[in-house]
Amino acid sequence: MYPSMLNPSGDLFADFAQLQDRIDELMWGGRGASSIRAVSRAGAFPALNVGTWAEALEIYAFAPGIEPASIDLSVEKGLLTLSGQRKSPEKVGKDATVYAKERFDGAFRRVISLPEDSDPERVEASYRNGVLKVVVPRQEAAKPRQISVNR
Amino acid sequence: MNGESIQSTVANRTPRPEPALLPPVDIVEDAGGITLTADLPGVEQNELSIGIDGRTLTLDAPLRLGEADSLVSVYAEVRANRYRRSFELSTELDTTAVEAHLKDGVLTLRLPKLERAKPRRIEVKVGS
Repeated sequence: MYPSMLNPSGDLFADFAQLQDRIDELMWGGRGASSIRAVSRAGAFPALNVGTWAEALEIYAFAPGIEPASIDLSVEKGLLTLSGQRKSPEKVGKDATVYAKERFDGAFRRVISLPEDSDPERVEASYRNGVLKVVVPRQEAAKPRQISVNR
Repeated sequence: MNGESIQSTVANRTPRPEPALLPPVDIVEDAGGITLTADLPGVEQNELSIGIDGRTLTLDAPLRLGEADSLVSVYAEVRANRYRRSFELSTELDTTAVEAHLKDGVLTLRLPKLERAKPRRIEVKVGS
């Protein structure tokens, strides 16, 4: 899918995380699972992936179990702000025992600095399978174009 | 863990497992059974596999975002394209009556207890 997303290069922290992955693999290889580091360790919710192509910047926010209408998305002075709240749906009864509570619960807010050539007027967002996809188009003038050489 | 067992783990690990994300879960038990809630954003319902092998429950699903091949990643906090997590089930759970529901990237799994394992109130008779 996005092979380059799996191996971000030139980032010291990413390299370190990869080393950590290798160690985990050696220690826990038999289990066949490694942790979703950015979510469970850094604690940021929702986790973000950002990709770019000629026409636009695409931001993927991993925000499962949220009513799309309740997500607050705004662009101001080149900053895209994503905020909202995720609540645990049901109250745990008196006779119930909680064995794990790893899922995020509460208010969240993440801010992304947009590139200068982005066009805030045409930002579009969609929500599918718990992933919020925000498309920030680049301004017409900033799109790469071929220039033919005349002789 | 000592050095020898690390080596044997590495040697036995064929084929090498694909790196997978560990989805965060909530697990709550009540009188009737256990409810497991897991965050699986980006998973299609028909691609989620919930397997029960003996006493092991395994969740496995690919993470799909879109089909734009020309997209170049500039920043990534989620760096794998598969979720996988296993749980050991206890014997009082009825593995034939598991109910699963996936909505907005959240999986809710209900594992009921076997009838004989449900808590009962035992009347204490007073001997006269």
